Amino acid sequence: MARVHLPGGLSAHTGGLECVDVDATRVGELILDLTLRFPGLAEPIRGMAIAIDGEIYNDAPYHALRDDSEIYFVPPVAGG
Amino acid sequence: MSKLHVTTTINGQPAEFLCEPHETLLTALRDALGLTGSKEGCTTGDCGACSVIMDGRLVPSCLVLAGEVEGRSVTTIEGIAQGERLHPIQQKFLEHAALQCGVCTPGFIVSAKALLDARPNPTEQETRYWLAGNLCRCTGYDKIIRAVLDAAGDMRKVPA
Amino acid sequence: MTARTFRHIGTRPIRHDGADKVTGRANYGADLSLPGMLHGVVLRSPHAHARILAIETSRAEAVPGVRAVITGRDIPENFGSIALGEAPFDTHDIGDNALAHEKALYHGHAVAAVAATTIEIARAAASLIDVAYEPLEPVLDITRAIAPDAPILDAGLETKGRPAPGSKSPTNIAARMELRRGDIVAGFAAADVVVEREFRTQMVHQGYIEPHACVARWGQDGQAVLWSTTQGPFLVRDQCAAILGMEPAKIKVTPSEIGGGFGGKIPVYLEPLAIALSRKAGRPVKMVMTREDVFRATGPTSGTIVRMKLGAKRDGTLVAASASLWYEAGAYRGSPSGAGAMCCLAAYNIPNFFVEAYDVLVNKPKVAAYRAPGSPMATFATESLVDEIARTLGLDAVEMRLKNAVAEGDHAPYGPAYPAIGLKEALEAARRHPHYTAPLAPNQGRGMACGFWFNAGLSSSATVMLHGDGSAAVTTGNPDIGGTRVAQALMVAEELGIPVEQVRPSVADTDSVGYTDVTGGSRVCYATGMAVIQAAGDVRDQLRARAARIWNVAPDQVGWEQGRAVALDGAAAQKPLTVAQLAAEMGRTGGPIVGRAAVNVPMAGPGFAVHLCDLEVDKETGRTTVVRYTAIQDVGMAVHPSFVEGQMQGGVAQGIGWALNEEYIFDAGGVMENAGFLDYRMPVASDLPMIDTVLIEVPNPQHPYGVKGVGEVPIVPPLAAVANAMRDATGIRSTTLLFSSPRVLEALAAGD
Repeated sequence: MARVHLPGGLSAHTGGLECVDVDATRVGELILDLTLRFPGLAEPIRGMAIAIDGEIYNDAPYHALRDDSEIYFVPPVAGG
Repeated sequence: MSKLHVTTTINGQPAEFLCEPHETLLTALRDALGLTGSKEGCTTGDCGACSVIMDGRLVPSCLVLAGEVEGRSVTTIEGIAQGERLHPIQQKFLEHAALQCGVCTPGFIVSAKALLDARPNPTEQETRYWLAGNLCRCTGYDKIIRAVLDAAGDMRKVPA
Repeated sequence: MTARTFRHIGTRPIRHDGADKVTGRANYGADLSLPGMLHGVVLRSPHAHARILAIETSRAEAVPGVRAVITGRDIPENFGSIALGEAPFDTHDIGDNALAHEKALYHGHAVAAVAATTIEIARAAASLIDVAYEPLEPVLDITRAIAPDAPILDAGLETKGRPAPGSKSPTNIAARMELRRGDIVAGFAAADVVVEREFRTQMVHQGYIEPHACVARWGQDGQAVLWSTTQGPFLVRDQCAAILGMEPAKIKVTPSEIGGGFGGKIPVYLEPLAIALSRKAGRPVKMVMTREDVFRATGPTSGTIVRMKLGAKRDGTLVAASASLWYEAGAYRGSPSGAGAMCCLAAYNIPNFFVEAYDVLVNKPKVAAYRAPGSPMATFATESLVDEIARTLGLDAVEMRLKNAVAEGDHAPYGPAYPAIGLKEALEAARRHPHYTAPLAPNQGRGMACGFWFNAGLSSSATVMLHGDGSAAVTTGNPDIGGTRVAQALMVAEELGIPVEQVRPSVADTDSVGYTDVTGGSRVCYATGMAVIQAAGDVRDQLRARAARIWNVAPDQVGWEQGRAVALDGAAAQKPLTVAQLAAEMGRTGGPIVGRAAVNVPMAGPGFAVHLCDLEVDKETGRTTVVRYTAIQDVGMAVHPSFVEGQMQGGVAQGIGWALNEEYIFDAGGVMENAGFLDYRMPVASDLPMIDTVLIEVPNPQHPYGVKGVGEVPIVPPLAAVANAMRDATGIRSTTLLFSSPRVLEALAAGD
């Protein structure tokens, strides 16, 4: 079960839940599952980076998840 | 109005070119003579990237009219190296990593040469004030000053 | 992790492109000329906010020597975005910014462009373009932009993210985001000391010495070639393709050498115009920005208002933080307010916080990234308040910060746990440094500040090719702004065991190397470096296979030691073969040897820095001079220490300039009054002391050598380090930048 943490404003789309467990083996499935359960998340999540066990990726739908992966959605950041 | 025909000496060699009366030396060097080592950073004489030495005097070529070099002698960055060898100032810039993007480097090297020609043993403060007319946005000047002072030391031992 | 000892990594060879750069031979954006080339000039809006009613170009087109005139009609609006790794790029906004359509949204906004046989003709013709404007009231600051009766820049704008309760539409607020943890009400209630201040920072420019420049040539085969000074040739290609409605495959971009970028040369400005002009004129077109245009019409960084409140226990433990960050986006959405929110509390473990960040449209140029975008302004607030709390509680500056500093495993304010980070090590190094306890003279003060920035990962490609003499070439797609080519050569030297002088690093065009994300985001040495290391490893594997062929053994019988293939057990009778020997046999053992790699890596280990600043205030003039500066940073692993030091020193100088020298001065009509290097006065050599650097190496476990990105963090601490030093020197806490001489004098007078 991947544990998904949702920053600040995103919990407004999950009825207040800031932490959601998702059964998925890849990031793409996880996002699909989340957005099916909480359709309001689809738009804000699009474009966000995803931290998987501390490593932050910008766009990684095929990245594998472990049984106990910790996931954070992180606002995208541009460097200079 | 027809163009001016200018006869001059650039980096020790005779040179001639045509230019408009209002054209700057910087434009003439870069466009008419293909000497693109002098850079245009501002056209108002504030950044030093266009520095050249004209009759022994350090000048911003963006504020010199091309026609003014008639009968004069100009040294640009292209004339600093000594044949097959780099000038000590150039060599020290490399050793000290005194350049990052490198666009201000030609101007600094010309200015530094003018400094060391006039003052072979400058202090750090003298060096900083002399080079205050050259802007660098990458290095914070630390390694540039070290390179110039190091070059000065070498040149006092073995005149360049 | 790195028990490995390096032979090349960590040394300081002369950069391979150095001779070209110190002799003026290196070619930057404005240094290229093509046969038959025309010169392009941009006509810009004289109004900070206006509807464009009509543009009449016939008088301009009639001028002898004019070959093409374009307006927004020639480059229809696109409605796309590029998911470019970092925050998505809205190509509609970049395109409308490069050439306006319905509205001019800032003074200097491009409205038309002319290509002619000489630049004088082009300028004269541009002045003959008749533009009918309906001037509108400009919005020039955040407070005005969010007022209920403010003029609206974009009637169709909707606030992204979760708008604050009571938000109205239409609006100039492009986005809002928030981060929270715990319960700030309870947190502040439990605090023994609470400080709250409002901080203001000004719009500043990256200040690269080389203006934007490009040469474009459109061919009758529908292909365009572009020479451009840019941080990202692939990004230039993709932006131009999107803006012009072309296929990216039809555009080839060759990056010139680049005279500074710092984030400001990531968006395109001239390139789509040059291509469109070249297409219309049937000839190459060169466009070079004036310094004035660079200031008025490229991408400075946001002016900001930050309200922040911190609460701490008597022993210095931070218990609560709340902040409201308002950042100017300029004419289109996209300030780095979100990054500011993510960075401002990143150095400390704070159990309760609430941070909200707003992106606000104003009639100023569209802001672009500037070295650690968003972080310096927000950190100015945090580190000023930490300093105040430390003073109130009588705590030493390092002690206060150590008490709260994050370490590996602690959670960042934006969520995930930190990997191996060196903040505590940097703080301890600061305390041990002689600067920390050196005596101060009268009117001098000392300030400390921490700073944080992410380091991007993203995509990079690399090729390593072997020559017959055993030398190697390495090719990547990253313009070299600060010594990355020599760092890449060091990596190849290390992996192959050949001298670094025998490695030839180069930067390729978009047809000659695989896709590569921008030079920026502190990513090249880290991410492109990984590709280089892997590509060199590929070459090494091939060399081992060639040795196996020569020795007629299985490949697993061949090992590698310090640049030589060595026979293992079974083939022990064979003498080792060097790279040069194997390269000489390439043709006969299978053909040329080319190694390649392509990576898309996660963000690098975050960078933390601790800075110490001593300054002296002249109480008669208000003039403030930095007299000593020490920058301490966790760099992971320094591949070429001189260039790591250079990044730190350069960032410090920009940060000092931001605090003491630089600001955009706008008049009531939204016109920048100081659009030149005389009055936009960046630090010069006589303004600064030597800048000491201390490199802390806490290796990044994600990288084979431990490399972390280093380029951006150094600009983050100086704003607060200067402010805290000012407080120490004068007793006065200033929370509004710029600390110019007149303002320091005013503050001294008021404080008395």
